[in-house]
Amino acid sequence: MAPIHLTVNGKLRTVDVAPDTPLLWVIREHLGLTGTKFGCGMALCGACTVHLNGTAIRSCVTPISAAAGKRVRTIEGLSRNQSHPLQRAWVAEDVPQCGYCQSGQLMSAAALLAKTPHPTDADIDEAMSGNICRCGTYQRIRAAIHRASKGV
Amino acid sequence: MSTHSDLSRREFLQTAAGAGLVLAIHLPPPLRRDVRADSADPFAPNAWLAIAPDGTVTVTMDRSEMGQGAPTALAMLVAEELEADWATVRLGTTVENPAAWSRRMLTGGSSSVRTSYEPLRKAGAAAREMLVAAAAAQWGVEPATCQARQGTVVHTPSGRSLPYKALVATAATLPVPANPTLKPPAEFRYLGKRVKRLDTPLKIDGSAVFGLDVQVPGMLVASIQRCPVIGGKVKRYDAAKAKAHPGVRHVVELPEIPGTGGGFFPTRTAAGVAVVADTYWQALQGRRALEVEWDEGPNAGLSSAGISALFAQLAVQPGVVARKEGEPDAALGAAAKKIAAVYEVPFLYHATMEPMNATAHVRSDGCDVWAPTQNQTGAQAVAAQYAGVPIEQVRVHTTFLGGGFGRRAETDFVAEAVQLSKAVGAPVKVIWSREDDVQHGFYRPASYHAFAAGVDAAGAPTAWTHRIVAPAILARFGPLQDGIDRTTVEGAANLPYGFPNLRVEQTVADLPVPLGFWRSVGSSHNAFVTESFVDEVAVAAGKDPFELRRALLAAQPRHRAVLELAAQKAGWGTPAPAGRGRGIALAESFGSIVAEVAEVSLESGGQVRVHRVVCAVDCGPIVNPDTIEAQMQSGVVYGLTAALYGAITIDKGRVQQSNFNDYPMLRLREMPAVETYIVPSDAKQGGMGEPGTPPIAPAVCNAIFALTGKRIRKLPIGTIA
Repeated sequence: MAPIHLTVNGKLRTVDVAPDTPLLWVIREHLGLTGTKFGCGMALCGACTVHLNGTAIRSCVTPISAAAGKRVRTIEGLSRNQSHPLQRAWVAEDVPQCGYCQSGQLMSAAALLAKTPHPTDADIDEAMSGNICRCGTYQRIRAAIHRASKGV
Repeated sequence: MSTHSDLSRREFLQTAAGAGLVLAIHLPPPLRRDVRADSADPFAPNAWLAIAPDGTVTVTMDRSEMGQGAPTALAMLVAEELEADWATVRLGTTVENPAAWSRRMLTGGSSSVRTSYEPLRKAGAAAREMLVAAAAAQWGVEPATCQARQGTVVHTPSGRSLPYKALVATAATLPVPANPTLKPPAEFRYLGKRVKRLDTPLKIDGSAVFGLDVQVPGMLVASIQRCPVIGGKVKRYDAAKAKAHPGVRHVVELPEIPGTGGGFFPTRTAAGVAVVADTYWQALQGRRALEVEWDEGPNAGLSSAGISALFAQLAVQPGVVARKEGEPDAALGAAAKKIAAVYEVPFLYHATMEPMNATAHVRSDGCDVWAPTQNQTGAQAVAAQYAGVPIEQVRVHTTFLGGGFGRRAETDFVAEAVQLSKAVGAPVKVIWSREDDVQHGFYRPASYHAFAAGVDAAGAPTAWTHRIVAPAILARFGPLQDGIDRTTVEGAANLPYGFPNLRVEQTVADLPVPLGFWRSVGSSHNAFVTESFVDEVAVAAGKDPFELRRALLAAQPRHRAVLELAAQKAGWGTPAPAGRGRGIALAESFGSIVAEVAEVSLESGGQVRVHRVVCAVDCGPIVNPDTIEAQMQSGVVYGLTAALYGAITIDKGRVQQSNFNDYPMLRLREMPAVETYIVPSDAKQGGMGEPGTPPIAPAVCNAIFALTGKRIRKLPIGTIA
């Protein structure tokens, strides 16, 4: 085991873990950032979505070795004071129900808007269908993404 | 409300110690069996309203937040009558010692708002009258000349006003009004209006703490290899390779808890071997290195095919009659046209987004449990039993729940965490993998339904018989009352349609599969089978499915109004958009009535695509229309996912599915546009967490029939050939 360096939400962090440890569990258990959730462990549900060098990835199947030297952004780093347009839109549409999948939903949506500031319904289908919500907030997620793209 | 008529006014509300004005509230139990007979305190409060010296209003409840927004709705009831400024309203920490309360702590049965509608309003009204009295005394005027308005008391003639925060100290010294006046609905500021949920801000930045997020100093993490065969046991295991993994501290065998003891909520766990480590990943790696040999026990030959065959065999004989009207056999014999059909539905998995987990810390002087639980009373009892401490020394800390749907009414994950903490002498968090969660669930029972119906020469329905064969959820709780599991027949025995001759029977199939309460419980299958077969009756009678239902609801004006609203908003009777079919279904559950019209097409591979679902609902008084809409969307997604894809199957005594690859979930791209219309109603308050689920499967299947002529009698739907 050798120390691994990565940037998490703008801060340089060093962790000393087995290199096959998934990024998800390093974020949650070693760095104490529990906003990123565990759902399936197989990249099937999207609850663990974070940004790696700006791209939305599933941290449950990403070994920490693959994040060495890279920039990771988690839900805790999405904005200061819940000011990201998506967070404001999420409040305006009262999107969350149980809330467990919402960190992953927001990180997938943020990656979408960063690339495609004015997504169509088809763009949203494409970007968001890897994130499962069991409470059925899909309709409001779609509305909130459109709202955020229009400046909330 | 009659449910607390046995309590005097004095017992219903009392001032309590605390800074500012604090009222202790007694909320009645949803069911008589939920009254704690052993409660020593004649006034055992289970909710509190506190107005702090800074004006903050905190509502503390004994209910869990698992997605349905119930705590927000409960706070609205208080805030309405208190005339509180919503911006000052907060939710308190869920209470931690269920043994001290006079009702069981269990969030389920869509009961939270139904049981609290009047008592919480009265608590708010009492506090409001105390604040008004305090202001009137200060000004030396009659209380009747003062009015509470959004966090202030105004002396109407002079226009003077004082904020609540300036009045709480005096108000706290005043007597609690015995019979406070409730606001007339016309003056409602919050009830019936769209009010923002109080928990949303915590759920958009990762700060909401779910069970999985609990951190306790010195905590270890456990992953458990459970016996894959239902009811099997550990024969022998070798922990050497697991213990050689870095971070692995302990390997602990856990015996099976069969869950057959009856009682309030008997826990049931599988036998297993737990690996306890510093982190989850280490525990999982250690678990993969375990070598376990199982004693597969008597269920190693159990299979879904065998269960299906058993159901068919049991359905040949009459069952226990749950309801009978007229002479159904004679009426069937005399019918001009007779139809019969068999329907079958599979076991279903809850699939909460947050896998099961719990954290426990057992000490010689007590036990703390942190759990995403719907059932704090059960969690506390099971923790006391397995920690070996008095129940009063167990504190249950309720986290947010990453979905409940009935799965978290079970206490298996608490029993595991407590046993492991006791065994290793440290706080332990048990985390289930998704595979653990899929394969060790408490499933919605599979069931088999044999129907017959008759219509006369004029096309009027004359007879209906329905025989249900299913394993009984309630068998675990003790002997069935009169041989009937009321959860098996709910939604069937109370069929609202006016068949003059009718019989509903139930036969219990004894199966070892763990069973539980799955969102909407018996109505989840009975709405599908009865509403599909009613459609078959319409075909046999040569009538439009909506018109036939309408005619059969002549004596049920509430049901009929809901059905008519859904049909009207969906454009029933006008041609469906090209390539689409429409289906309608109606179901009453948990005190609310919902009708849904689904608009469906088929994709080139035969996959069913649901485009639009129009919902009409009568849930009695409206608390928060925004929540009603959200729960209709939620119920539709939950029921539609199951109808299209859901099936837990068993082979060699093992659950065959393992993760979202073989137990698929509805995705955003498949989400229909759900529209919700609310019937104005002064009926008794109904629930909202579950009633949206039952009608969607039959609405979709009836739409498939309208589109293709193919009748779906077995779920999941799969692809249409």
